[in-house]
Amino acid sequence: MTTAESASLRPAHVTRTTYNATSFGAGALFGIGLGISGMTNPQKVLGFLDVTGAWDPSLAFVMMAALAVHITLSRVIRRRGMPLFDRTFHFPTRKEIDAPLVVGAALFGVGWGLAGFCPGPALVSLASAKAPAIVFVASMTVGMMLQHATRRAPGNSASPSQPAS
Amino acid sequence: MHERKVHAYDSEVTFSALAIAAPLVGGALIGLAASVVLFAHGKVAGISGIFGGLFQREAAAEAGALGAPADQAYRIAFVAGLLAAGLALGALQPGAFAGLNPPPVSLPLVAVAGVLVGFGTRLGGGCTSGHGICGIARFSGRSIVATLTFMATGAVTVFVVRHLLTGAP
Repeated sequence: MTTAESASLRPAHVTRTTYNATSFGAGALFGIGLGISGMTNPQKVLGFLDVTGAWDPSLAFVMMAALAVHITLSRVIRRRGMPLFDRTFHFPTRKEIDAPLVVGAALFGVGWGLAGFCPGPALVSLASAKAPAIVFVASMTVGMMLQHATRRAPGNSASPSQPAS
Repeated sequence: MHERKVHAYDSEVTFSALAIAAPLVGGALIGLAASVVLFAHGKVAGISGIFGGLFQREAAAEAGALGAPADQAYRIAFVAGLLAAGLALGALQPGAFAGLNPPPVSLPLVAVAGVLVGFGTRLGGGCTSGHGICGIARFSGRSIVATLTFMATGAVTVFVVRHLLTGAP
C-alpha cells in the first residue's frame, strides 16, 4: 500500500485520510468565504458586472481581500520549498497567451454575465437544492464534458488521449 | 474614506461599512482556503479544474490545463467541502441564497449559461478562482489576460441583456 501510493506523489507519512480531509476542509472554507462574500448571490454578481447601470462595486473587495491574503501567504509558503503533503508544488507551466485561453475566458464571461454564476458559487448553491443551481451545475457539467470530448492535444504526442466519455 | 471617520455613527455610513466588510471577510477566507491548498497539497485551488477533472480520464486530467496530478479522491473531497459549506450557509445564513428566489434569469437561459461556463472554463484553463485569484496572485500573464477577458465579456453580456434587450435604465 505505501509503495503503491508513491505514484500519487504523496510522501509515505501522509495518509490518504489526512490528505483528503484537508482538501475537504479547504473546500468548506472556500465555500463559506464565497457565501459570506456575496458571490453565491447571482443578482449581486450581475450588479457587479453591470458597470454601465446600477453598478454594485462591493464584489471587487472580495477579489482584493482574497488576493491580499493569498499573495502574502503564498510568498511564505513557497519559501518553504515544498508543500506539506507533497514533494513539489504543482503550478501551471504554460506561459503562452493563445486562442483557447482567450476564447475560453470570453465564453466563460458570457455565461457568467448571463446567469451570475461561476463554478465555485454554483457548487456551493447546489446544496440549497434550488432549481437554478441544479440546472446550472448540470449544464456546466455537460459543457465541461463537451469540451473534454472535443479536446485535441496539439503537438502533445505523449498523451494518447481518447475522448473522455 | 475620510467621511466614514467623521460620521462614524451615521446609519447610512454604517450600512456601507457592513456592505464592504462582508466581501472583505469572505474574500479573506477564500484567499486563506487557496493558501491551505497550496501549503498542504501544493496545488492551485481552481474550482473549474478540480470539478472538471472529475469528468476526465485520469491520464487526460494529468495533462490538464492546471497541471495538477490526477487525484479523484482529492477532487471529490474538495467539492464535498463546497457542498458542506452550502448546507451550513443554508442553515445559518439563508440570505446567502436569496438571489435564487426568484431565479436571476429563466431556467433555459441558466442552462445556456451553464454550458458556456463549463465549456469556457475548461477551454480557457480556469475560472474566477484558478485564474482570478491563484493565477493573478502568481502574477501569471495568462491568468491576468483570462481574468480581464472574462470580466470584460461578462460586463458586455450584462450590458446587452439589461440595457440593450430589455431597455432598463
